[in-house]
Amino acid sequence: MKDMRLDHRQEQALYRTHFAQWNERLGAREPAWLRARREAAFARFEALGFPTPRQEEWRFTNIAPLLRVPFRLAAAWPERPLPDEWLAPYREWAAYHLVFVNGHFAGELPTDDRPPRLLARGIRALLHEEPEILEPHLVRFAEDASSAFTALNAAFLTDGAFVRIPRGAVLETPIHLLFLTLEEGMPAVTHPRNVILAEENSQATIIESYVSLGDGQYFTNAVTEIWVGENAILQHYKVQRESRAAFHIASVRIAEERTAMALDFSIALGAALARTDIVAILKGEGAECTLNGFYWARDQQLVDHHTVIEHAAPHGTSREFYKGILDNEARGVFDGTIIVRPGAQKTDARQVNKNLLLSTDALVNTNPRLQILADDVKCSHGATIGHLDEDALFYCRSRGLDAETAREMLTYAFASDILNTIAFGPLRRSVGEWVLTEWPEGEMLKELL
Amino acid sequence: MNRRPLLEIRNLRVRINGQEILKGITLAVYPGEVHSIMGPNGSGKSTLAQVLAGREVYEIVEGEVLYDGEDLLPMSPEERARRGIFLAFQYPVEIPGVSNLYFLKAAVNTVRKQRGLPELDAMEFLALAREKAKLVELDESLLQRAVNDGFSGGEKKRNEIFQMTLLEPRLAILDETDSGLDIDALRVVAQGINALRHPDRAIVLITHYQRLLNYVTPDVVHVLYDGRIVKSGGKELALELEEKGYGWIAEEIIGSARS
Ligand SMILES: Nc1ncnc2c1ncn2[C@@H]1O[C@H](COP(=O)(O)OP(=O)(O)OP(=O)(O)O)[C@@H](O)[C@H]1O
Ligand SMILES: [Mg+2]
Repeated sequence: MKDMRLDHRQEQALYRTHFAQWNERLGAREPAWLRARREAAFARFEALGFPTPRQEEWRFTNIAPLLRVPFRLAAAWPERPLPDEWLAPYREWAAYHLVFVNGHFAGELPTDDRPPRLLARGIRALLHEEPEILEPHLVRFAEDASSAFTALNAAFLTDGAFVRIPRGAVLETPIHLLFLTLEEGMPAVTHPRNVILAEENSQATIIESYVSLGDGQYFTNAVTEIWVGENAILQHYKVQRESRAAFHIASVRIAEERTAMALDFSIALGAALARTDIVAILKGEGAECTLNGFYWARDQQLVDHHTVIEHAAPHGTSREFYKGILDNEARGVFDGTIIVRPGAQKTDARQVNKNLLLSTDALVNTNPRLQILADDVKCSHGATIGHLDEDALFYCRSRGLDAETAREMLTYAFASDILNTIAFGPLRRSVGEWVLTEWPEGEMLKELL
Repeated sequence: MNRRPLLEIRNLRVRINGQEILKGITLAVYPGEVHSIMGPNGSGKSTLAQVLAGREVYEIVEGEVLYDGEDLLPMSPEERARRGIFLAFQYPVEIPGVSNLYFLKAAVNTVRKQRGLPELDAMEFLALAREKAKLVELDESLLQRAVNDGFSGGEKKRNEIFQMTLLEPRLAILDETDSGLDIDALRVVAQGINALRHPDRAIVLITHYQRLLNYVTPDVVHVLYDGRIVKSGGKELALELEEKGYGWIAEEIIGSARS
């Protein structure tokens, strides 16, 4: 077999070739404003280059293994309808599903019974039909971030979801953006891009899932931009269940207006290397933000969360609660920044990160950073890294539970408080099942869900 | 009849962190008996209880323990539990995230499996748990709550007794289950213990006070002092200890060492 690994120069050249091909394929079918934005993004990507561990932001996450693989742009899945078994696990969820396969919009279910003014569509289709809806929003917010991956995502913008919850609408049913990856032949890359707009006084839940249909190698490079209008309530869950050979790099950016409430919950279970950057900006007075996270990594998985909460206006509240379980030789990274801008008085910010190490070879780096530039604020943070409590293990065993069951029960117990905050029941139970299914004694623990 | 001890401890010496805590304990408990072990703080009562339940942090320096004629020390904690040993903890552990009901159902079913009984399903177990909860006057809301999580001291102790009545052990070791209880709770705990009394079972009550012994009459009272059983007697010994404290025992030991 010939060695498929790339050096740095080859890899730059490859992306340039891919970009030229991509532009050619899109041809004149794309609005000029988007072409200009994509080209600017590619120029930014070239100027930035891929991050290295010498950069503070990437100190613990070396992406060299990702750069060595020559990913091709993933092709759309041509067949309709989609095989039923791909969707079966979600049919029971009372949700509107938008399904993407290999980064391309592939269908929705159910197709009727949508709230009339709700807009939830594939971006590529919308670009053809009503590009003027997208122009103010697409490749706009996230672009100030100096991330090569975000720039790359924009440059190769293919598809994704555009969701607009109209003013005053209260959606009882969550919207599920399901990104399925089907690995065939050469490793492929997808660049999903989502835009979510929750207009004034609206309320909705969005679940963004990344799921593999196999166990091969591929690369997801996702960007999601969320705007929460005045007094709107938006809950956003990102569920990462990539193949354990895959790379997952994602950026979530949230902007909140006056008295808006946003929840972002990042659930990371899969991928060989997973990095999620979340930035929430509380622009308007009295906005509230909750960032929750749960990660479980084993073997040689690496799971990295970098979060930034920026309090830019007074009377903002933020709560951040991340919990992680690391087994075998897995590595975890939690880096949480809280910025309080001058004038953002009466800010109340709290951050907690708790980690459970199940093996002596597992490792986690947890790093809180506070930048407080206002004087009348309440900010706190706390991080713990611990092992299972020996007293509790003995207590369980003294009641007849074998050591493995006791360990798993206490591990589940560790995760339960964060998982129990998942408000949408089917997702809450599913996350529990996805985790417990992988544990030797998990079957009996499912009663706890 | 059956005159083999249910529990027989022979010259047990136990160390932790290089320090000897139990310095040669010898004790035999027969089926049907209730023994009480009393002793001042730090004398080694909990150490003995934990060693019997299989806590692995202790180093056995010397001695042996037979349970129903079998060598107990090589058995894992779970095996001991399945064979009918129950320890009511002096400090019950909190397990947030796991409901009491679920935890106990798992425990009861492992023990039942060992005894060749069919496992109980959720409904059957709930019925059983309700019945036993009533017996120890445990508030039913505590069944749904996480194990000991946020329970008051008294509730934790009641929960231990509740677990005991569910698991129906052959050898119950109660480590200060009576401490910190008001008189009503104490009566309930005693009721739970008395309900368990049976010619095939034995109970070891570790306690500081003879208060509990007003309700549960022991067959034998032992005094544990500095890692040794220095005195054994009938239930009058408990009264004497209550009245005079442990000072006189210390003097007796020193006295006997001199002569
Ligand atoms: N992990 C440990 N490391 C060192 N010493 C210990 C440890 N555990 C117990 N000890 C010591 O062993 C001795 C006996 O403790 P133990 O808890 O058995 O006493 P006790 O009789 O139950 O006391 P109390 O009446 O206070 O419950 C004490 O001096 C205690 O400090
Ligand atoms: Mg004690």
